[in-house]
Amino acid sequence: MVKGQIYIASKEIQDALESVCDPEIPVLTVMDLGVVRRVEEIDGVVEVDLTPTYSGCPAMDTMATDISSALMKKGYKVKMSLVLSPAWTTDWISKEGREKLEKYGIASPLTEELDLQALMGGDRIVACTNCHSINTKLISQFGSTACKALFQCKDCLEPFDYFKCLK
Amino acid sequence: MKKESLYKYLLLLGDNSMILAHRLSELCGHGPALETDIALTNISLDLFGQVRSYFQYAAELKGGDATEDSIAFLRYGREHYNCILLEQPNVDFGHVIARQFFFDLFQKLQLEQLVSSNDKKIAAIAVKSLKETKYHLRFSSEWIKRLGDGTEESHERMQSAIDNLYPFVGEFFKETDLEKEMKEEGIGADLFLIKSAFDKEVMKTFAEANLKIPEIASRMTQGKYGIHTEQLDYILNELQYMQRAYPNMEW
Repeated sequence: MVKGQIYIASKEIQDALESVCDPEIPVLTVMDLGVVRRVEEIDGVVEVDLTPTYSGCPAMDTMATDISSALMKKGYKVKMSLVLSPAWTTDWISKEGREKLEKYGIASPLTEELDLQALMGGDRIVACTNCHSINTKLISQFGSTACKALFQCKDCLEPFDYFKCLK
Repeated sequence: MKKESLYKYLLLLGDNSMILAHRLSELCGHGPALETDIALTNISLDLFGQVRSYFQYAAELKGGDATEDSIAFLRYGREHYNCILLEQPNVDFGHVIARQFFFDLFQKLQLEQLVSSNDKKIAAIAVKSLKETKYHLRFSSEWIKRLGDGTEESHERMQSAIDNLYPFVGEFFKETDLEKEMKEEGIGADLFLIKSAFDKEVMKTFAEANLKIPEIASRMTQGKYGIHTEQLDYILNELQYMQRAYPNMEW
């Protein structure tokens, strides 16, 4: 759990939330991603505060609907709110989430400083998710979605996504 | 402070992003290369996301049956407050990049002030948007340098795009009565402070890119008062077509 996150709910609610995945990166649950900022069960109503990763991320609406229906299936009423502050950062992706990303073929976010160097075309920074070589190059600052950049490994030639650091 | 003023200020902030986002969306599938195509449409998506935040807040203030959608799709040309620069057509990649660079730089400087706005909601939107805008500026300023300091042809076309679009830049900094009121309330940005930082940054980037700041006077534009070029109506025709032809349609 990340600093500032409020979590007052039963195991059943937790399991329901753990079952909801990011539609764009289906290996990550909404909990791994750190977008659920508050869960509180108050008189049978589960209040959920959700924060967007990127302002225009089309996956947010899907995640909100999926969370609501997962909880409603368990018989809960749901009150969903979208909160903007504090703004989401890639630091909120859990340790498990980072490992899942790497296994899935997406390099997980580096520190702000290394990220800047990597996106400015710096060499030997982002490790290939296929063969783990750091002999990689930046192809494009924007990848298949706004949150990712595109890299290619110069050793195994595999192209792969890098989840950009957002601070 | 009047609620009406804050409402209009939110439209002014949102319209710049919405009109530019629409222009960028026109490039979907038409970008000069796959990477730039994806980058420009990703930027468009970020901007539309930011617009939603402004318009959701604006709809809340307006009350009644106003929604973010009614604000986006049911206003006429004169009710839009974007600067004229943003409605200018794509022309070529040089124009796309010049327009983007001027806006990204202005927007970054403006958002850096809005993060400490007295209005907590505007401040929250600004914190979120600023993170994204920094990425956009990195992309556009890189391309300014790459094209400006590239081949003879890319240099010429980049310079000509700048010569065409720079005269529209002055409008960003011409403070309207509304912006003055918002500044005095501690809600809005101080455009005068932004101007000097903007000029300094343009000078620095252009020097690296081997480009010249044109010695042309600013155009007398009044987009922030709702007076636009014909370009805006073409945009609105496309943007609003569905809601105008099939009112309240959803899918």
